[in-house]
Amino acid sequence: MSDSKDFILGVYDDEDVLLSAVGKIRGAGIKIDEVYSPFPVHGLDDELGYKKSRLPIAAFMFGILGTTLALTMQIWMLGIDWPMIIGGKNHVALPDFVPVTFELTVLLAAFGMVGTFLVSSDLKPWKDPKLLDIRITDDKHIMAIDLGQNKAVDAEKIGSALKDSGAVEVNDKKVEE
Amino acid sequence: MQVTSPVRKPLITGGKTVHDVTEDICRQVEAKPSKLWLMAFGISVVTLAIGFLAVAATLWEGIGMWGLNKTVGWAWDITNFVWWVGIGHAGTLISAVLLLFRQKWRMAINRASEAMTIFAVICAAMFPVLHMGRPWLGAYWALPLPNTFGSLWVNFNSPLLWDVFAISTYFSVSLVFWYLGLVPDFATIRDRATGIRKKIYGALSLGWDGAARTWSRYESVSLILAGLATPLVLSVHTIVSFDFATSVIPGWHTTIFPPYFVAGAIFSGFAMVLTLMIVTRQVFKLHDYITIEHIELMNIVIIVTGSIVGIAYITEFFIAWYSGVPAEQYAFFNRMQGPYWWAYWSMMTCNVISPQLFWSKKIRTSIAATFIISIIVNIGMWFERFVIIVTSLHRDYLPSSWAMFYPTVYDMGVYLFTFGLFFTAFFLFAKFFPVINMAEVKSIVKSSSEKTA
Repeated sequence: MSDSKDFILGVYDDEDVLLSAVGKIRGAGIKIDEVYSPFPVHGLDDELGYKKSRLPIAAFMFGILGTTLALTMQIWMLGIDWPMIIGGKNHVALPDFVPVTFELTVLLAAFGMVGTFLVSSDLKPWKDPKLLDIRITDDKHIMAIDLGQNKAVDAEKIGSALKDSGAVEVNDKKVEE
Repeated sequence: MQVTSPVRKPLITGGKTVHDVTEDICRQVEAKPSKLWLMAFGISVVTLAIGFLAVAATLWEGIGMWGLNKTVGWAWDITNFVWWVGIGHAGTLISAVLLLFRQKWRMAINRASEAMTIFAVICAAMFPVLHMGRPWLGAYWALPLPNTFGSLWVNFNSPLLWDVFAISTYFSVSLVFWYLGLVPDFATIRDRATGIRKKIYGALSLGWDGAARTWSRYESVSLILAGLATPLVLSVHTIVSFDFATSVIPGWHTTIFPPYFVAGAIFSGFAMVLTLMIVTRQVFKLHDYITIEHIELMNIVIIVTGSIVGIAYITEFFIAWYSGVPAEQYAFFNRMQGPYWWAYWSMMTCNVISPQLFWSKKIRTSIAATFIISIIVNIGMWFERFVIIVTSLHRDYLPSSWAMFYPTVYDMGVYLFTFGLFFTAFFLFAKFFPVINMAEVKSIVKSSSEKTA
């Protein structure tokens, strides 16, 4: 029992029904473990009470890092390490450094943010997703309720709450850890 | 929730359900390759192989095999480079700029146009790389690497170097954007597949499980990437135009170049997307996803950018006359009346006149007309680069060094090689990857699809 989890899965086939269902289930004092969808449902994260992602901050930090690196590199190479007169311009001709600085800012911001996203969402090629229902990636939204997290509420009651909220199916699922 | 105007025509026709989307798009990936696909793929590979002979000759003998001479030191190669990079502009424009503007019609076409972008940029890169003569040493000339040639760094004052950074950043950010979009769709294919296919698509899908928390992060990553990619799209061709605009060659030394090049790039990119999408739509029977509405909207973008290009041509001409600089005036007179008059007038006809036909609703909603005009536009855009590059160079300040440029068979072979590369890659993509972004299209099935009563 300790190394397995019991889930009750509510299966929904309409994103608007799902959205209102999330509110109803949470209103009834049932804790939702996670909702799985085949496509992004706008507003679902707010309904589930998830905090706003901090990934934009990560992108900004990586961007600043890119700007700093690019400027340092160009000023050091052409201004300090090996100064050369090119077309009679200053050794450190800042306007000329703008394009490369811009590109490296974007490059580091994009790669840094996507890398952070992959790590924080634990996405990697050798991972087995252990889907609770195979139809998640096709056309069904699955609301997973972990019985371990809802000891206070009767399993029967959860099932009927799911049905009342518009679930087209209610299934039990045991997951071995 | 977003409010969609009821006036908007449905983006998906045929009363599709979410499950139908999975079926329709996965069918191509799962089916055995059709005869038509095998034939098209075979032709591409043969083209690639024939073109490779020219590439091999260029590498073995050197770039003396090309038709360049002392006066015209840049011609065919840079024309093709700018042409391919221009084509590579539409994909990220569609997926990033249209995402920021919340244009939902992008969803059916963004996947294939992003793929097109990536392959076009690879083709573009072939030309500067081969022009190095010894590409295996090229990294030292193009990247700021420590070397033993003396502590000599690359020249950060040069637009050619900016190009290296601009195009490699554009390529890698577009690649990441494209791949990220593919991940949920790979998961869909994974969950339908068995055996080795399940393993491959499983690895590609990075263990995607569709959790709401992941989707929420994914959406914010897409939005920020779009925000980052938007100035990137505009910067790439701006920097390409600097290659010319910062020099003192008459006909190149103009401040109009950056916006003019960007408009031209979007113009040719959309034309190429149309060419490819019309074929893909026909072959894979995607009429319900890529509708006439999509084709019409893309044609409107072509009218707008084509007209900007037309105005740029006229402005350039006027300014050459108005400047009172004889070299500048001669350069433009020579374009129109000189030995390359046919290239100039092909450019004018294909780029200025042909897109104006789309003002007629009948023409812009006709698939055959769109297909033909989209090809004409890209021929015109090739001539535009040829005219800018070759006619400005071939008669420079010193009449004794005036010369003509004629491409050799090796020039043409290398161009053929990039066509082979482009289509080989595109056909592989079309067969093994989902050509339409399933997850995104599914999200608009309810709001934008034609309801079956």
